[in-house]
Amino acid sequence: MSFKTVERKPLTIAERTYVPQIMSGLKTTFKKMVKPKETLEYPEARPPIPPGYRGVPTLVKDPNGREKCVSCQLCEFVCPPKAIRIKPGEIAADADTAHVEKAPQEFDIDMLRCIYCGLCQEVCPEEAIWLQNQFSLSGYTREEMVNNKAKLYELGGTLPDNHFKWDKKKAAEEAGNGDH
Amino acid sequence: MIELYLNLPVWVQASLKGLIAIGLIIPIAGACSLAERKISAWIQGRPGPNRARAWGLGYIPVLGPILQRLGVFHLMADGAKFVFKEDVVPGHVNKFYYYLAPLVALVPSLCTIVVVPFGAYFDAATETLKPLILADVDVGILAVFAIGSLSVYSLILAGWASNSKYPFLGGVRASAQLISYELSRTLSVIPVFLWVNAPGPEATLSLFAVVESQSQPGFWGGMWFVFLMPLCAFVFLVALFAETNRQPFDMPESEADLVGGFHTEYGEFKWSIFFVAEYAHMTIGSGVFVLLFLGGWNPLPWVPLEPLIAGLPVWLGGLIGASVFLGKTFFFIFLFMWVRWTLPRFRYDQVMKLGWQKLLPIAIANVIFYALAIALIERA
Repeated sequence: MSFKTVERKPLTIAERTYVPQIMSGLKTTFKKMVKPKETLEYPEARPPIPPGYRGVPTLVKDPNGREKCVSCQLCEFVCPPKAIRIKPGEIAADADTAHVEKAPQEFDIDMLRCIYCGLCQEVCPEEAIWLQNQFSLSGYTREEMVNNKAKLYELGGTLPDNHFKWDKKKAAEEAGNGDH
Repeated sequence: MIELYLNLPVWVQASLKGLIAIGLIIPIAGACSLAERKISAWIQGRPGPNRARAWGLGYIPVLGPILQRLGVFHLMADGAKFVFKEDVVPGHVNKFYYYLAPLVALVPSLCTIVVVPFGAYFDAATETLKPLILADVDVGILAVFAIGSLSVYSLILAGWASNSKYPFLGGVRASAQLISYELSRTLSVIPVFLWVNAPGPEATLSLFAVVESQSQPGFWGGMWFVFLMPLCAFVFLVALFAETNRQPFDMPESEADLVGGFHTEYGEFKWSIFFVAEYAHMTIGSGVFVLLFLGGWNPLPWVPLEPLIAGLPVWLGGLIGASVFLGKTFFFIFLFMWVRWTLPRFRYDQVMKLGWQKLLPIAIANVIFYALAIALIERA
């Protein structure tokens, strides 16, 4: 037999008056009343953001302050809601980073379309676009909700990675390993 | 100042006293609505209303933030909102009774305060304790019950005048429920008055006399009636919950199944009058419970107030007596709210069953038991 018959005892007189049950209920609610509150007072107190959180997508610079995006447009093509628009541009020939060749001239992310999927971050070969911790943004107009390049760098800041891919490439070129 | 007051005609004096009492009870009722919001929030693990801050008062250094955290400005904003909202009257209501219902709710609940003493002072001239009361009449508790029970008409009127289904059901429930519990409530105080009215002095139903008989010297004299007659106190308290339509007995309102019950069709100021009336009812009900069973203004069992305030100035003694009484009353208001946010609502048939099949037999048996016991004690 795979089931067990549970004996259901008739209620005792004390139970039928409800009083002990009401008392224990009152005890529970009183404990809740004196306990610290469960809710956050939001704008002043913020919830802790777990690692790997996917907030607003941002553009980042490397620790030397070089903009990492090379306007390959992979993120633009992968973006499911087509929130990203990139206008590629050339890096000036006399710049320090001229060997990187390309950088975005314009980079717009329409936050009214973005679905925070993180595919742009995943696809980026330069680790230039990151979904960071900001989870709350608002604006009065539709135009305000489109993050342009300046805004994206302002939100993104610098991430402490130590690849320095393009510096190594330049050093290798200068050392004579042209095809590296 | 006092001379001037005493020289006024009697009716002016009485009206002044009445206005002061109303001016006291309406802010208490308003504060109850805030307390309800705060207590529900604390029980549910929230901080509750604490955002609004008024110009002036809100920016006083220490006091302002405290008032803000307590949500006092939300209370003010709520009050102002109710006054200034558009007065919408649905087209299908019976206008006369629709307007009458909130008044019928408010007037009886404020009238009962006339016979409820809310403190006592030591009268040096006669060397006795005198009650702080609007009218120390002998009918006392009878007046509280008679006038207080009129408030059921407001629920019936509101339910009927609204001319729609849910308010009507709410009104029907209110009438049945209030009548059922009125019986047990009235029966539960009979033993108290049997005990108070010992043979000898003139018989009375005054609430002041009840407190007096809880302030006598000796073990039996100083005992609060809650210890002497716990079952009476229990029945009275349960019936009080039902009479004031508080959860778990808020059948007339029961917002889960009746939208808003009797006040579904009411809005703005008329709606708030219903609530002031409910809280006033609750305040006075708690006060009556404190007077009957918890020794009124006596600070502790077997510690009467009279010797404590005999040497003090009249106003200070009166203030102490009133504070002790109000403190106990506020505890009961807190209990009402605490219970509300603890227990789920009864089903309607359970309410009826509890009232007629449990509470009423208990109350009757209780009256018989105490009548016999008191008769035996007094014969001995």
